[in-house]
Amino acid sequence: MKRRRLLAGPYLFWSVSFIIIPLFLIVWYGLTSADGGFTLQNIAKITTPENLKALGLSLLLAFLCTVICLLLAYPLAMILSQSSLSQSSFIVLIFILPMWMNFLLRTLAWQTLLEKNGVINQVLALLHLPAIDIINTPYAIVLGMVYDFLPFMVLPIYNVLVKLDQDMVNAARDLGANSVQTFLKIILPQSVPGIISGITMVFVPAMTTFVISDLLGGGKVLLIGNVIEQTFKQGNNWNLGSGLSLVLMVFVIASMGIVNKYDKDETGGAF
Amino acid sequence: MSNKLIDLSNISKAYGGHTVLDELNLYIRENEFLTLLGPSGCGKTTTLRIIGGFETPDSGQVIFDGQDITHLPPNKRQLNTVFQKYALFSHMSVAENIAFGLKIKNKSRQYIDDKIKYALKLVNLEGYENRSPESLSGGQQQRIAIARAIVNEPKVLLLDEPLGALDLKLRQDMQYELIRMKKELGITFVYVTHDQEEALTMSDTIVVMNQGYIQQIGTPEKIYNEPENAFVADFIGDSNILPGIMVEDRLVNILGATFQCVDEGFGKNTPVDVVIRPEDVDLVKPEDGTIRGVVTHLIFKGVHYEMEVTANNYEWLVHSYEMFPVGTEVGIRVVPFDIQIMNKPISEDEEAVNLEA
Repeated sequence: MKRRRLLAGPYLFWSVSFIIIPLFLIVWYGLTSADGGFTLQNIAKITTPENLKALGLSLLLAFLCTVICLLLAYPLAMILSQSSLSQSSFIVLIFILPMWMNFLLRTLAWQTLLEKNGVINQVLALLHLPAIDIINTPYAIVLGMVYDFLPFMVLPIYNVLVKLDQDMVNAARDLGANSVQTFLKIILPQSVPGIISGITMVFVPAMTTFVISDLLGGGKVLLIGNVIEQTFKQGNNWNLGSGLSLVLMVFVIASMGIVNKYDKDETGGAF
Repeated sequence: MSNKLIDLSNISKAYGGHTVLDELNLYIRENEFLTLLGPSGCGKTTTLRIIGGFETPDSGQVIFDGQDITHLPPNKRQLNTVFQKYALFSHMSVAENIAFGLKIKNKSRQYIDDKIKYALKLVNLEGYENRSPESLSGGQQQRIAIARAIVNEPKVLLLDEPLGALDLKLRQDMQYELIRMKKELGITFVYVTHDQEEALTMSDTIVVMNQGYIQQIGTPEKIYNEPENAFVADFIGDSNILPGIMVEDRLVNILGATFQCVDEGFGKNTPVDVVIRPEDVDLVKPEDGTIRGVVTHLIFKGVHYEMEVTANNYEWLVHSYEMFPVGTEVGIRVVPFDIQIMNKPISEDEEAVNLEA
């Protein structure tokens, strides 16, 4: 037993030095002022109009991104789970392929595509269609988020659907349910655990991103992530940055709490 | 048990080039307990799924109560299925599971509550309404699956190896339960199993299947006592299948010795297969037997002894209440009535002849 425990050593070292200590430092900085005294000022700063606006916008965009991802991912996951192995592995490959590229590169690609004189608008101009002008707006940010995070919604849903007992679906049909009723009463409730983990895996990174909003928002749209980044880098104010980070953490944990509670009500506790 | 309720005519089904059912013909009478029996891959489950509507045959017709339902989806059919692995809805309580079909049909609250009570009483699980299916044992889940199906008052209940996952004792209890339920409900049961004992215990009619063909249709007694070919004889219980020559009517030569039998009409000096059940082989003193042999194996089986007797270069399987130690010289005798003569298959294909019901 003792020897086995030794095997956890490297990870223990890793998590202490790169997860636990940094977390402790964030709490420490967040709750102290520049001169080292205890204060709640840093946390209270979230109530300034600019910060509240950024936080609100972050929540709104993350919510939109999650909803769009869910609407796109569910049908795709269903098709994947019902197609034969050779078919589905091909679709999965096509789907996963972009994921192998760094997400910064993919986001940069969208920047180029969406620019005023970018590829998309050039093609539209050729076809004598009106140009779309969404770069540096929240729309572009949501588009980038959906593009980057969609796979994290598809895979967990696909996983539950592919394991779903086909006879359960047959039983519903057998008992008189048509295909819509079967979907609403059996397939959808049975796939809730997958939906929950999909939502978690999309909502949290979408809520906290600052790179996507930086690249596709052009510095004109500030999310809470951008505010924190700027506080650290441009303002060089670690105390305020940590304080705002703590607030963001609380929001993330609270969102997950709501989602998990809803899940418990639905399925009798999958978590 | 009069008119045909389900009529399958010329049903064929193949999966990826592999034929599962080939021109199958079968009818099921009203209020019958019919069992599809065969080894795995014989097409019995596919047949059931075609009746249930979960598979569409490549060709052929499914007639239900005079109507062609071949292409009707499962939710439009007046029959219900009990699935092998129960397929209970794990996100619903027992009561919600049972109410599922009734809610779809917009029955009143009162009607649904009464039905749930009635069904739980029928399957001996009163008071389980609010339990979660996952908290129940395999046998209890099976009963809920039956309750969920029968509240819809189907004309036919399809059961796909429903007792397959239960242990022996529970399985035997459930066999009697099913017979009781069948009597109480007065509806048709179509039952799929690979367990010959289960089939013999419960059925009115047994359909023995192999490799997509029906081998024999008949009552349990008929299937057991008068198997039509070597496959059926071998599949239903233990048996000695011996090569023989029909010398003339009522006289058969087995392994060089002549036995009296009751079969006629095979012609003279015709090669045949002879089936003798192990419990029908009488062991007597060497000088009293038709042929002589030596006991080579002995196992105590509880009710009887199982022995192997080597006689005329054949290992006879014998079941007897009497014990003969290994090495004993014995005589073998069989009463004429217990010798079952079958035509030899002419070719490999013939082993799977498609027999009309």
